[in-house]
Amino acid sequence: MVNTLVTPSGGRVLFGDDDVTTLKQSQLRRRVGYVFQGIGLFPHFTVGENIAIGPRLAGEKLPAARIAQLLTLVELEPDVASRMPDELSGGQRQRVGVARALAGDPELLIMDEPFGALDPITRDALGEKVRELHDKLGLTTIMVTHDMAEALLLADRVLVMSYGDLVADHTPRELLAGKGGEIAQGLVAVPRQQAEKLALMEKSGAAS
Amino acid sequence: MSEILEILLSLGDKFAAHIVLSASAIGLGILVALPLAVWASRSANVSRIALGFASLVQTIPALALLALFFPILLSLRAVFGEDLPTLGFLPALLALALYALLPILRNAVTAQANLDPGVLEAADGVGMTGWQKLTLVEAPLSAPFVMAGIRTASVWTIGAATLSTTIGQPSLGDPIFAGLQTQNWALVVAGCIASAGLALVVDALLGLVERGFANRKRWQSGLGMAAVALGLITALVYQSGGDDEDTIVIASKQFSEQYILAQLIGSRLEEAGYSVEYRDGLGSAVVHSAVASSSIDISVDYTGTIWTNELERTDNPGREIMYETIAVWERENTGVRVLGRLGFENAYAFAMRGDRAAELGVTSLEELVPFGPSLTVGGDPEFFERPEWIAVRDAYGMRFGETRNFSPTFMYNALRSGEADVISAYTSDGRIAADRLVVLEDPRGALPSYDAMLMMSPRIAEDEGIARALRPLIGAISVEAMREANFAVDREGEGKLSPKDAAAQLAENIGL
Repeated sequence: MVNTLVTPSGGRVLFGDDDVTTLKQSQLRRRVGYVFQGIGLFPHFTVGENIAIGPRLAGEKLPAARIAQLLTLVELEPDVASRMPDELSGGQRQRVGVARALAGDPELLIMDEPFGALDPITRDALGEKVRELHDKLGLTTIMVTHDMAEALLLADRVLVMSYGDLVADHTPRELLAGKGGEIAQGLVAVPRQQAEKLALMEKSGAAS
Repeated sequence: MSEILEILLSLGDKFAAHIVLSASAIGLGILVALPLAVWASRSANVSRIALGFASLVQTIPALALLALFFPILLSLRAVFGEDLPTLGFLPALLALALYALLPILRNAVTAQANLDPGVLEAADGVGMTGWQKLTLVEAPLSAPFVMAGIRTASVWTIGAATLSTTIGQPSLGDPIFAGLQTQNWALVVAGCIASAGLALVVDALLGLVERGFANRKRWQSGLGMAAVALGLITALVYQSGGDDEDTIVIASKQFSEQYILAQLIGSRLEEAGYSVEYRDGLGSAVVHSAVASSSIDISVDYTGTIWTNELERTDNPGREIMYETIAVWERENTGVRVLGRLGFENAYAFAMRGDRAAELGVTSLEELVPFGPSLTVGGDPEFFERPEWIAVRDAYGMRFGETRNFSPTFMYNALRSGEADVISAYTSDGRIAADRLVVLEDPRGALPSYDAMLMMSPRIAEDEGIARALRPLIGAISVEAMREANFAVDREGEGKLSPKDAAAQLAENIGL
């Protein structure tokens, strides 16, 4: 809704001080970096061309040095720029997806279940990386996830939605301390119980 | 084999016309199909209607579709004026373009529907406008599939374009139709080799373009497109060189007599210093309109045909009055000049094998009536729709057990092999004597007369030079002479002549 891929049925979304529906769609979207589960790299463009697409649409040519810098930022070799997307692994592709979202120096980064399709190790590493970039580049990031552990570990502020309603708005520490109501606590309980079980298993294993 | 090669080498102008026609039709098809496909990809209703319409068109036989454009264009003259051509290039182009629509449209729509939704979401997400999304993402990703559709359309169109011969557009169908009528198989084979070869080459080149798109190799698609463009330009240059305002165009319908007479007329005019061009194998129904609109200049038509089709008369006032009435009617209504009658009739008549007729004891249509329900009748494709058949049916109460359509050539074979008991023969046909057929008498005068007449288009109606060159043909050709010439062309084996040679022999026989 923020980048108007979906139109709200009611209410308003403000970007800065402007209602997003009053802004020119294509221009709004160039100010918002968008990373999503489907990744959506353009298969007929090289990695470099994929990263440079946002500025290209705005009529600017992204210099090769900047592409290399963005690739380094997401921990890929700069020479990946000349490869085609189908030569890359899923994790590498989503790194390119992140680089593409960052290429236009966005004011806001939207991540819609960005790591959903990735294996757990890649997922964890990429999550950490994105948090690091968030801090380093001073970004505003909205991430949508079903994984409460991911939310608690990466976010400064966690909002819980249930059937279209906002049911909790707290920091991870507050949530862990038991705030936010039944639904939010139900979600927090899952990783907590998993962690406790794993800890217990480890202990009993050490005892035997 | 060398005969086929010789024919192939003489097909240059047909080849060029075929290429230009096919390419224009495919081009027009693409021009219509691609925007329609884009629209269809954004609206399910448009998609349903467009694909439904294209599929419907595909179910119409190509021959019928081509013929249908004649009345359509004729009625459109009310809007676009009398200069709108109703025969030749324009109707062929429109019909073939419609035919090319389906494969291009279907592939383009399918390609769009199968695009990765993630890629489309990303295109919106990075802020592409609708146009940017189409040109940067949808079009390049769909291109290989669209190209595959264009390939299919091209092969179909090149094949179907041979049928445009019947509506007066020169194509590689000319030798095929001429060969089928005169049982000259070398002509048929040469025409088929030429059009199939053309289709294969175009398919291979477009395949190169398609692979170039799929593998994102620009040189590959570029090479294919350059080769196609080169072929088209060569054809265009070749064609533009051959066109000449002063050429007299001589038409012939789809049977041997017409080919022979066209050659005879052509050789007379060439002797008189005119340059001539032959438009062979026209559908019988379009010849009169073609000569009336000066799309062609000279035709040989028959009084009975004009009487029923053009004057829309059903009565039978007798041979002389019929001719006089037609000559006046043409002068006053179409501007066509009827130069005169050639001297023979090519009327419809019912014919049987001699032995079969003797067995049943039948010599006239009247005597045939009681046997009708147990017999199979064969006719040319138009006969059972013609007023002649209806007149016979009503005058005698004639009913046959089975009715079959044959092309004129195969009709006689069917009679010989017993697949038909009675056929609608033509009185000038050489095979009547050769096959010892009995022509059944028509005591009630249901069948009108069919005097062969020389028709001149309004464009050359006043040209006395042409009239002078052709006047010796008037009243000069007896039905026996015509039968002999027809048989020389229609027969198989020893003594078979080409229409051109038969025309020369006929000229000699009648003392020209």
